[in-house]
Amino acid sequence: MDYFAQQAINAVQLGSIYALIALGYSMVYGVLVMINFAHGDVFMVSSFFCFLLLLVAPVPFAAALVIVMLATAILGVCIERLAYRPLRNAPRVSAIITALGCGLVIQNTTLSLSPYSQRMPELLKPVVWKFGGVSVSSLQVLIVGISVALMLGLDFFIRKTRYGMAMRAISMDRITVPLMGIPTNAIISMTFALGGALGGAAGVLYGMAYPVIGASMGVLVGWKAFVAAVIGGIGNVRGAVLGGYLLGAVEVFTVTVLPSTYRDLVSYSLLLIILIFKPYGLLGRPAVQKV
Amino acid sequence: MSTQPLLQTRGVTQRFGGLTAVSDFSLEVAEGHAHGIIGPNGAGKTTAFNLITGIYKPTEGDILFRGKPITGLRPDEIARRGIGRTFQNIRLFRDLSVLDNVRIAYDSRSRYSWPGAMVQLPSARREEKQTIGACEELLEQFGLAEVARERAGGLPYGSQRRLEIARAMALKPSLLLLDEPAAGMNSAETLKLVEFLGWLRDHFSVTMLLIEHHMQLVMTFCDRITVLDFGATIAEGGPEDIRANTKVIEAYLGEETDEG
Amino acid sequence: MLRFFDRPPSRGVLLALLAAILAACFAIEQFGLVDDYIRFILITLGINVILCVSLNLVNGWMGEFSVGHAGFMALGAYLSACVSVKWLVGANPLWMFPLAVIVGGIAAGLVGFLLGLLSFKTRGDYLAIITLAFLMIVKSGIENISYVGGPRGFLGIGNETSLPWTAAWTILTLWAIRNLVYSRFGRAIVAVREDEIAATAMGVDTRKAKLVAFVVSSFFGGVAGALFAHQLQFINPGSFDIVKSTEILVMVYLGGIGSIAGSVLGATVFTVLTQVLQPLGTWRMVIMPLLLVLLMLFRPRGIMGLREWSWFVPRREFADKEKSS
Repeated sequence: MDYFAQQAINAVQLGSIYALIALGYSMVYGVLVMINFAHGDVFMVSSFFCFLLLLVAPVPFAAALVIVMLATAILGVCIERLAYRPLRNAPRVSAIITALGCGLVIQNTTLSLSPYSQRMPELLKPVVWKFGGVSVSSLQVLIVGISVALMLGLDFFIRKTRYGMAMRAISMDRITVPLMGIPTNAIISMTFALGGALGGAAGVLYGMAYPVIGASMGVLVGWKAFVAAVIGGIGNVRGAVLGGYLLGAVEVFTVTVLPSTYRDLVSYSLLLIILIFKPYGLLGRPAVQKV
Repeated sequence: MSTQPLLQTRGVTQRFGGLTAVSDFSLEVAEGHAHGIIGPNGAGKTTAFNLITGIYKPTEGDILFRGKPITGLRPDEIARRGIGRTFQNIRLFRDLSVLDNVRIAYDSRSRYSWPGAMVQLPSARREEKQTIGACEELLEQFGLAEVARERAGGLPYGSQRRLEIARAMALKPSLLLLDEPAAGMNSAETLKLVEFLGWLRDHFSVTMLLIEHHMQLVMTFCDRITVLDFGATIAEGGPEDIRANTKVIEAYLGEETDEG
Repeated sequence: MLRFFDRPPSRGVLLALLAAILAACFAIEQFGLVDDYIRFILITLGINVILCVSLNLVNGWMGEFSVGHAGFMALGAYLSACVSVKWLVGANPLWMFPLAVIVGGIAAGLVGFLLGLLSFKTRGDYLAIITLAFLMIVKSGIENISYVGGPRGFLGIGNETSLPWTAAWTILTLWAIRNLVYSRFGRAIVAVREDEIAATAMGVDTRKAKLVAFVVSSFFGGVAGALFAHQLQFINPGSFDIVKSTEILVMVYLGGIGSIAGSVLGATVFTVLTQVLQPLGTWRMVIMPLLLVLLMLFRPRGIMGLREWSWFVPRREFADKEKSS
């Protein structure tokens, strides 16, 4: 029972990070119907931002988090402006390929600059609490707490503010929305900024939880978060969170019963099975086509 | 001369969630006739076409073609049985050539297999040559032979409409469904279209079912007319009966008021 | 589809040319006319052409976005290696090797069939995601099968992929796929891309079209994988990951979607660039995607997108007045 509880905590921690990254994928898909393949690598590079920042100026945790979130938000917007916006009306495939290309550029630039993995300097000294046979680290509490706070903040933003409403409007009808005076380009950029910021937070938190960071994180972790977003129903914000925690749980508990080489196999098989029965993900809805 | 109607729909109803697009649609199209479907916008006319051609499966009711049920068959199966159609907003394969557009429809009668195609079996080559010949001849009849290898999307609007009909005729259908063939045409063009449709009917011996808004066309060309409004059939009969039918007039123009 | 040059050559000229190419390959192989490095590059080029044109069938002609082609390569590589190293070891390579390659292709084709079934109800982005899942499942599946070496890989594969064999398979693949594309199945596949609803209304069995596209595409992907395995003589799951799939995608979208000449062009440019940029090390994989991004901005369909070189087009496609001899 204790072992189970311990693993559950690990699952929630991993799930929180997946959810934060998955939100970036889902929001962008919601407004642009585009898979932002570069997002996983944006997450990866944010860890490196944090690493470099701490190397140059050892700031406290809160400051580091805010600075990295800001930097990643800016990166997200830059990619959108330079690579995606010119292709707004091009064939869908071009946008996906460009996204893949951007991801590769980011990944391999990082790899070229840092061929070896780096160790993230310690941001906080964790305190460990024991409840019977279960130990919880203050770091884990922090990660989950911040993730949940950010997700609640995002949910509030989307449902209760004008900007959030604009985002939702654009996700339903990109063509007529600008005719109603909504600055579509600005809102889309804002979406990328938000996704980037959350990815940046995930990067910092991930670096704190698993201090060894490397350029391949984008594919290893980032793509998993993409899987999570799809499982939940890509384009759906609640789905991204659901998918994130579901995948986190699946991965952590798979490794308890099977060798670790089975982890990816189980995760991707789960994705395939879900898509076969629910082609648009657990909470996703198909776009209606008029004949 | 068989008295069995070529096409028969019986009590066909189509519901999308809470919306009933078509209710109790019962239609009989006699062989050799031109049958018109009219009604205000949103009356369910194109939905009826989509039901007949198998793009939607009716919530209730059945559809018979030559006396045999075709309800629930896939659209390509229905097309191969001899029902061709055009679309309200022309749906040509725009990036393909005119010839390819027609060939794709004609291909349904070819028999060679895909391994046979890959190794260029003589039977495959023969059928391909035959297809090209037949389709070029068809295009000739429709006055499109000159542009056979041009991109379909580059043709002028009128030619595109003609091509869409030619493509449907490549199926050698016994029933042709035309969805607003006169859309965007002025009176002079519509008169020409009536001539063209007459030629189609006589030259290919094809029965026609038309959706149209141009009353002139419907009244002069169709033998029978069905009127839909809000998914329900409100009238059916010959052109004279429909023209005088008060329900039809109300549906289009609204009810008479006291000032009227 | 538009033509590049106006006059297709006569059949005699084409056959003579192909015979000359094969003869040259035999000569090179027999008399060691080129050094090992060039030979290796030429073989890699052939394999890349096969990969590119086979993926182009699904991504170009059918207009989907499959990222799983490396998975078919893996299936072909591993199954063919099992045939040549474990099951038919010691047999005469003259008939054993082509059999191994065909077995690899069939194995990939069977799985491709399954993927084709999945594509009936799923298109676009979701199909892309399914192909991604498939790729990851194949890769991590192989990692868990110790019979083929698991994550450490499969060693000791014979060096069967010679220049003549590569040339033969490449020519066969190009010929077969070209024949398919200019048949009613090719037109059906393209119709599915252009407008699936209109296609069904015109009598096209779209389900069959999708199956044919996936099966043929995956079969030749497996063939390429088999040739790859018997060139490198060592394969591991890491050789068939998303990076490999991305490389094939680059070739397709660089050379041009829906074009045989484009596939050959894309594979050639990619193979050459990979070698030329070798000294740059990992920066090479920064330059190439960057070029791809620039290409997408200015020429989204690739260099020869949807256009074809007349030499690849069957003579019957040309109007009578265009035929020369």
